[in-house]
Amino acid sequence: MVRFASVGLRYAGPAGAGGDRSGPEVLHDLSFILPTGSFHWLLGPSGAGKSSLLRLMQLALRPSRGEVEVLGVPLSRVRRGALPGLRRRIGVVYQDFRLLPHLPVFDNLALPLRIAGRAEPQIRADVQEMLRWVGLESKAGTLPAALSGGEQQRVAIARAVVMRPALLVADEPTGNLDIAQARRVLALLQEMHRLGTTVVVATHAEALVQEHPAPALRLAEGRLVAHG
Amino acid sequence: MMRPLRRSRGRDPLGLRRALSDRLLPGLVAAMALLGALALAGARGASDLSARWQGGAAAAMTVQLPATAPAAQVERALAALRRLPEVAKAQAMERERLAALLRPWLGEAPGAAAGLALPVVIELHLRRLPQQPEALALGIAQAVPGAQVEAHGVWVARLVALARSLQGVTLAALLLVAGIAAAVVAVAVRAGIAARREAIGILHDLGATDADIAGRFAGRVALLVALGALAGTVLAAPVLAGLADLAAPLLGGQAAASVLGLPWGSLPWAELALLPVLGAGIGWVTAQVTVRRWLRRLA
Repeated sequence: MVRFASVGLRYAGPAGAGGDRSGPEVLHDLSFILPTGSFHWLLGPSGAGKSSLLRLMQLALRPSRGEVEVLGVPLSRVRRGALPGLRRRIGVVYQDFRLLPHLPVFDNLALPLRIAGRAEPQIRADVQEMLRWVGLESKAGTLPAALSGGEQQRVAIARAVVMRPALLVADEPTGNLDIAQARRVLALLQEMHRLGTTVVVATHAEALVQEHPAPALRLAEGRLVAHG
Repeated sequence: MMRPLRRSRGRDPLGLRRALSDRLLPGLVAAMALLGALALAGARGASDLSARWQGGAAAAMTVQLPATAPAAQVERALAALRRLPEVAKAQAMERERLAALLRPWLGEAPGAAAGLALPVVIELHLRRLPQQPEALALGIAQAVPGAQVEAHGVWVARLVALARSLQGVTLAALLLVAGIAAAVVAVAVRAGIAARREAIGILHDLGATDADIAGRFAGRVALLVALGALAGTVLAAPVLAGLADLAAPLLGGQAAASVLGLPWGSLPWAELALLPVLGAGIGWVTAQVTVRRWLRRLA
């Protein structure tokens, strides 16, 4: 479950003459609950705060005020040292893929498992299974730069789910893809939802939303204007 | 069918083998290790000289009686000298030893053959280096009438003080080298962080702990610093052996005729062997602190 209660977020600004380093608030009074195992779209124009909201969900940021509860853990009460363990239960997919360019596909996929300290035989089995799932078995030894955008995004999705996360957040995962590849990527995300993962997908692609109707969080100027 | 994988890359997800150069950092550390080895050997040499001179000073005072002094007078002089609180040991130098000492100047069979009568020389071992050697010499002259007292302890004391100062300076230089090494490592690590900022962010978001990320930097840095320090130490060894050879006459030895004859055994091998280990430790700690401080800015 993900719960936001009166959440506000402001980024650190440049140090001013008076020493005030707080920038303007980019998210205002967000309150909502995403039930476990749900699928939600996150919609809104550019600059509405979608990426900031997802960064709060993936524990890359802490709220300036209010309470964020992710997978049953209120962030205000969790110490910094406990966050890495929680992050391993959250899969993240980015618009720009964020694959490590010097690692082949296999090692990119294996990265979350190695960080978690899994044994190499298990890593090989899990990665091969993921590669089969996203249809990239033949690309295991290929560097990301040699893949198409759609293939890179499938690798990114496989990396995001290889740890069987309880929460999967995707920030414009189809933004750089053509419609056919976008549909394939979305099918993978929906399959994760069917397997019980809570999924949140931020997108501009209204056509995809209409093809796959689901509850949506709609943001405008940092405020939640619709939920449902 | 899966292609063969370069597994080693998977063990370096941050790409630190390229981000932390295996040439520049070890090269700088090697130069500093060379300086450190010189400072270390300087400190050790100054310590040895200080100890030797101080040890020599304890036996350096001599009391000389005329060659015609009867045995009874010598015994009385010895007894009087042994009663002095500053004197730990007083003994007459054997004639054979005295003759051996004079042989380089007087040739074989000194004494009667040369027509010279050798004086009676009493060696004094002192309990500690006197603050005022002149006062002690005066006291001895009064205790043993007719004796000539030679007290070169003043010069020895000054040399010992100089050697100790030199030892302090070289140890300070060693600390300075260690500090500069830490600063160089910190700069290199910051450059590595800047080059791998994106990769660090990815690992962090995937759930890597600060200890994991900092440990990867620290392990790489420790290896590079250890290799650099080892190279610097190996380069320093012949230099130090050459310096030790130059100093050999000062320590009662002889200069070597060949490279193999250099006083390799006199080098402070244990301390030198510690240089790469200490360097690796400094690098490891510096990298850990630098990376962890940087990671604190992430959530």
